[in-house]
Amino acid sequence: MTPEDAEALRILVQARSGVMVNPANTYQIETRLGPIARREGAGGIGELIGVIRTGRDERLMWAVTEAMVCTETWFFRDVEPFDRLKHEVLPTLSASRDRPIRLWSASCATGQEAWSMAMCVTEAHGLRSDARIELFASDLSEAGLQKAQSGLYTQFEAQRGLPIRMLLRYFEKQDEMWQVRPELSRAVRWRRINLLSDLTPLGEMDVIFCRNTLAQFDKNSRRRVLEQFRAMLAEDGYLFLGAAERADDIEGFFPTSLNGLYRRRPAQQVQAA
Amino acid sequence: MRTCLVVDDSRVIRKVAGRIIEDMGFEVAEAGDGMEALAWCRAAMPDTIILDWNMPVMNGIEFLKALRAEPEGRAPNVIMCSVENEPARILEALEAGADEFIMKPFDGEIILSKLSIARAQR
Repeated sequence: MTPEDAEALRILVQARSGVMVNPANTYQIETRLGPIARREGAGGIGELIGVIRTGRDERLMWAVTEAMVCTETWFFRDVEPFDRLKHEVLPTLSASRDRPIRLWSASCATGQEAWSMAMCVTEAHGLRSDARIELFASDLSEAGLQKAQSGLYTQFEAQRGLPIRMLLRYFEKQDEMWQVRPELSRAVRWRRINLLSDLTPLGEMDVIFCRNTLAQFDKNSRRRVLEQFRAMLAEDGYLFLGAAERADDIEGFFPTSLNGLYRRRPAQQVQAA
Repeated sequence: MRTCLVVDDSRVIRKVAGRIIEDMGFEVAEAGDGMEALAWCRAAMPDTIILDWNMPVMNGIEFLKALRAEPEGRAPNVIMCSVENEPARILEALEAGADEFIMKPFDGEIILSKLSIARAQR
């Protein structure tokens, strides 16, 4: 792979997804694109990118983009955001909603975040008995989304972040894999979504999780996505970003005591409302 | 410094797990079976125990029941670590007093994750 190939890849992925690929990270590029090169019968990554550079194979350009943006994740990543969701956010929203509470895992990768949210919903205390929850999950990567939706995880994946009692409660063992039980799998609706597209058709959301994704975006794409989140988030809604990610440069988002958790309004106004 | 006792009849597993746990800031001790582990615990109760199931002399479940009956035996976080991966067997370990369960093979991420989970549950 030549420097020109790496630069062509960077431009392609950024234009389609907003994600910035580091051209110097050849290990990551080779690991992610190697399987596609083999599947397409290309002689190597360089040849694969050569095809991309012709700009003629739309399907291949998306496959390469998706492979470069699909990220690694695990259950209950960082723990605290999910504790907040379960113990504070869901009970608070439940008290003030006559309509369904709408939650969105906006960049769910291989699904562990969305399933973790579904488990939080199931275990949340203090929800009104008639509370209705709608949980959506999306990702740009079709392959990631297929795995997410299958709810099927290896023993390694099932053990990262997931307490053993929850594994036994919400998953069934299938040979050497672990499968989300049907009662949990019915709780999530999946859809392929590019965060750079118009998100308005999704409607109003009460909770958006988009953790450890926007840090990979270029500045303009990140701002564009956050402004769309702000427009679609309910006035008393919650935005969960990664602990090191920020949204307070976007007008209308206010930080909370938890790093990465933002509200549409300052805390005192939310309480008074 | 937090202490961790790694109990496994495989010297290789003890070394691999021990190195990962040492990197997390634990002082690590090793025992090759349940009886040896019990002697360790009676001398100085560790904060955390990584415990194999199938061992000679005294197996992991026998050790766990004996440990939990000791005066200070409820204190350590015990993470069972075994090739057993059937739900009924995992439940058996939890009912015997394990806080968490690792299905072998494991890696550093899994040990790190399970130690955090076990600590948070206390």
